[in-house]
Amino acid sequence: MDAFTTPLLAGTATGALLLIAALGLTLTFGQMGVINMAHGEFLMIGAYTAYVTQQVVTNIDLSILVALPVAFVVAGLMGLLLEVCVISFMYRRPLDTLLVTVGVSLVLQQLAKDLFGAQGDPVRVPDWLVGTIPVFGYNWPYRQIFTIVLALASLGALAALLKYTSFGRRIRATVQNRDLAETMGISTRATDRITFFIGSGLAGIGGVAVSLISGTNPSLGTTYIISAFLVVVAGGLGQLKGTVIAAFTVGIATAFFADWTSAAMAQVATFALVVVFLQLRPQGLFTVRTRGLA
Amino acid sequence: MFTTRTRGRAAGGAALAVLTALSLAACGNKSDEGTTAAESCVDTSGDTIKLGFLNSTSGAMSISEQTVRDSLGLAMEEINADGGILGKQIEAVEEDGASDPAIFAEKIEKLLTGDCVAAVFGGWTSASRKAMLPVVEANNGLLFYPVQYEGLEASENIYYTGATTNQQIIPAMDFLASEGVETLFLAGSDYVFPRTANKIIKQYAAELGIEIVGEEYVPLDDDDWTTQVAKIVKAKPDFVFNTINGSSNVGFIKAYYEQGLSAETSPIISVSIAEEEAPAMGHSVTGQYAAWNYFQSVDSPENAAFIDAFQAKYGSDRPTSDPMEAAYTSLYLYKVIVEKAESFDVDDVNAASDGVSFDAPEGTVTIDGENHHIAKTALIGQINEDNQFDVVWSSGSPIEPDPFLEGYSWWDPSAE
Amino acid sequence: MSTTTAPGRSATLLRTYAPLLAIAVLAVLLLVVAPATLSAFRLNSLGKYICWAIAAVGIGLAWGRGGMLVMGQGVFFGLGGYAMAMHLKLEAAGPEGVPDFMILYGDGTIPGFWEPFRSGPFTLVAIVVLPALAATGLGWLIFKRRVKGAYFAILTQALAVVFATLLVATIKETGGFNGLNQFTLFFGYNLYDPVNKQMVYSIAAGLLIGCLVVVWQLYRSRFGELLVATRDAEERVRFLGHDPANIKLVAFVIAAVMASIGGAMFAPIAGIISPSDVDATASIFLIAGVALGGRALLLGPALGALTVGFGRTYLSEQFPTQWTYFLGLLFVLVILLLPLGVGDLPRLVRARVGRSAA
Repeated sequence: MDAFTTPLLAGTATGALLLIAALGLTLTFGQMGVINMAHGEFLMIGAYTAYVTQQVVTNIDLSILVALPVAFVVAGLMGLLLEVCVISFMYRRPLDTLLVTVGVSLVLQQLAKDLFGAQGDPVRVPDWLVGTIPVFGYNWPYRQIFTIVLALASLGALAALLKYTSFGRRIRATVQNRDLAETMGISTRATDRITFFIGSGLAGIGGVAVSLISGTNPSLGTTYIISAFLVVVAGGLGQLKGTVIAAFTVGIATAFFADWTSAAMAQVATFALVVVFLQLRPQGLFTVRTRGLA
Repeated sequence: MFTTRTRGRAAGGAALAVLTALSLAACGNKSDEGTTAAESCVDTSGDTIKLGFLNSTSGAMSISEQTVRDSLGLAMEEINADGGILGKQIEAVEEDGASDPAIFAEKIEKLLTGDCVAAVFGGWTSASRKAMLPVVEANNGLLFYPVQYEGLEASENIYYTGATTNQQIIPAMDFLASEGVETLFLAGSDYVFPRTANKIIKQYAAELGIEIVGEEYVPLDDDDWTTQVAKIVKAKPDFVFNTINGSSNVGFIKAYYEQGLSAETSPIISVSIAEEEAPAMGHSVTGQYAAWNYFQSVDSPENAAFIDAFQAKYGSDRPTSDPMEAAYTSLYLYKVIVEKAESFDVDDVNAASDGVSFDAPEGTVTIDGENHHIAKTALIGQINEDNQFDVVWSSGSPIEPDPFLEGYSWWDPSAE
Repeated sequence: MSTTTAPGRSATLLRTYAPLLAIAVLAVLLLVVAPATLSAFRLNSLGKYICWAIAAVGIGLAWGRGGMLVMGQGVFFGLGGYAMAMHLKLEAAGPEGVPDFMILYGDGTIPGFWEPFRSGPFTLVAIVVLPALAATGLGWLIFKRRVKGAYFAILTQALAVVFATLLVATIKETGGFNGLNQFTLFFGYNLYDPVNKQMVYSIAAGLLIGCLVVVWQLYRSRFGELLVATRDAEERVRFLGHDPANIKLVAFVIAAVMASIGGAMFAPIAGIISPSDVDATASIFLIAGVALGGRALLLGPALGALTVGFGRTYLSEQFPTQWTYFLGLLFVLVILLLPLGVGDLPRLVRARVGRSAA
């Protein structure tokens, strides 16, 4: 039984992490057509925020909870900064944005190395997150359950925001037709900025969750970001539903492949899975949006 | 799709490219002459002697390698204050290996042929050493490599001042046998050192009657050990042999405690957690073990002087560790050999190196002129509450280096 | 055109063949001036940059002209590099020999897929055919489904990550993280002989010139026009009765083969090929040069790659820890301010001058 439950449950937790990371990506991609290659670095910023918070709030049981909103704001502000300083100048040059953010990602990683490199002290896991519940032969860590709860809470909050608030309506209007939204008096640029803030902030929350798994290091973001991109590609742009399904599918499938073969082969298999999936449902990937013949 | 005419033209271009390449090939020299190494360009006429320090100061390995660079800097400062090597002051040429083997190969060539340094000190990963090896051999240069490694190598142009396997891995197994360990679980990063170390461990375990109850690898850049550690819980080994690389240890240790394992139930013996890493695991690792040839806690006047000098130069909070000590020792060993040879010439240095010894912080070390490794004492340390290592086992005397394990009858390199 | 007078015709001729003239100048610089003036070490470094430049020429074709942001060219660079390295490794081991790392890390047997690489001609064919097949397969899957833009870029980058992980994990077959090195012979020529090192350099430089000529021809051809048309208005090309997928596929395959040739020359020149030469970061490094030089220009990608390669050596010698900042800022500034690269500067200046004059 545990040959089945271990990859299933552990994969669900990985999927939850991918979901948090991918939510921000798909949001900004769907709305602005911007692929932010520095998104992984917002995960890293979230993890370092958790570390710094732990230096300030010395009560470890509490600090991780404090770190969540702080990381959301810090990573969000970094995202906002990126949008204002760089991305806003590259409006409607999506491929170029992708490259510019590659450069930003390199700079942020080196910056983290210079700021925190020497110590490399990782985030301490609070006692209430250390431990496991046996589920059909797998000792399911509280931390993995915490990650899943965190992902679902973020998803719920985001969905509610999009559905029930006027700001959410503005985002949806901008996603569906930017020009029409503009004629309705919506400031799409302001909407873009807030979307970017939220998307980056979500990555910050994801970073806090990652900081509980491993060490906090400058290249932490790169470990998850490629999978998160594959999730976005498979899930379709701007679609929460697709992203959720894709995130958990990729997470669980990778865990099963890793269990059957090796962690390295699992990466190969997951990539192949996504490419094959694109063959079957390329139309399911896109919210059809043609800009005329251009 | 496009006209035959243009297709013909493009094909013509391609043919031109191939032709150019082939005609250029004709200017090569196919005879076996000219295989001798390039003439040394080292300048020994002045009052200074140039040495190269080649460590990664950028990229993934920079945090570890910077510590080696620091201790090399200390050794240089001390030697210079003491009159230099053969009366010449050391002038260090520092280069960044950028954690990339190809860059290491390029930079060591620059140091040897461009800067004309007398010897190079550095390298960390096996990949970096393997990349530098052909270059240093082709130019008949010298490289001092300060890190414990997987053995199975010996070069006329490299001195290995870290441990080979029979000075770290095999003593660690002897220690486990003396502790009465019956079952062992192997956990490592998925690259050359852990794979080779585990090959040796498995063969020696069979000899010692220790059962291997599991073997798990995780890619170098992947730090999530959760599911692999769950397998350790199932296997309930007496001990876990940890060959995980550097920072990935944090993920392993976090998963290990999360799954309820502890030093009492399934202790870990590591070969890459030292004083620098122990406090940075996010959990107390008190009670766990590590196999090295040097610990900061080694009680000797040489070590006390080394620690004092290092902390005076770089800060009192800085720990000292095995690779740092091996790098520090390597520069001193070079000084002793050169002064014995009374020459910086590589062939003279090699002729003089056998039997050269130095009272290093770890104890007396002696060079084996045959394989260019050094005899070192193996130590097992147990981590205490101050994240220092209490020495709980020692090989007693320096172990002669045996990189190819020729003296071990159970070793069969061709077995899986 | 028919009414063009004689001087007009010669001007047209000049315009047509000016690129060829520029290629010729580059050829003289790389094949004559550089070997005469640079030390053996610097020449070898230049050889490495040239290998990157060969890959960059292909990227210019796929990305600059075809609009396909290929972020995983390291994969094809690696296919060529490892194919060549396998041959060199077997050559170094001798006719009956086994490459050293297989004895150290494996059981001393040679994996079956290595055997054909004992043959030099097979290796040379494989360096072209392997990446062509791989690119055709992948391109077919991607382009036929009209996957493009950022999706395509992400997929290619993911491919580079997967490829590097796979290499690291196959220690017994590819040397893992250490990669393949310690080559002694290059098709019978001793690689430690300075004369032969210069020969290998010259071959690489010759191949770069050859690739530039090929691309020049392609840009002048109907195919080149269709490629640009596909980049700018894929739907319209489709309405004209062409299949954009095929056009893109051809460009993608040519880019892959060029990357592979660059990689194949990189192995003997650098003396090593390892996963860190072919992973996602290495792929991005290849893009950097193309972006800097000017992606859509003929010589832009190659000159950009040479510059970035030189910058990497020079800056990391001068400022060892700051190199990453330079590379990162280069991306941001160039793409933000000069989206078509430094090579686009003259046009921008002319446009500005023209405007102020009017």
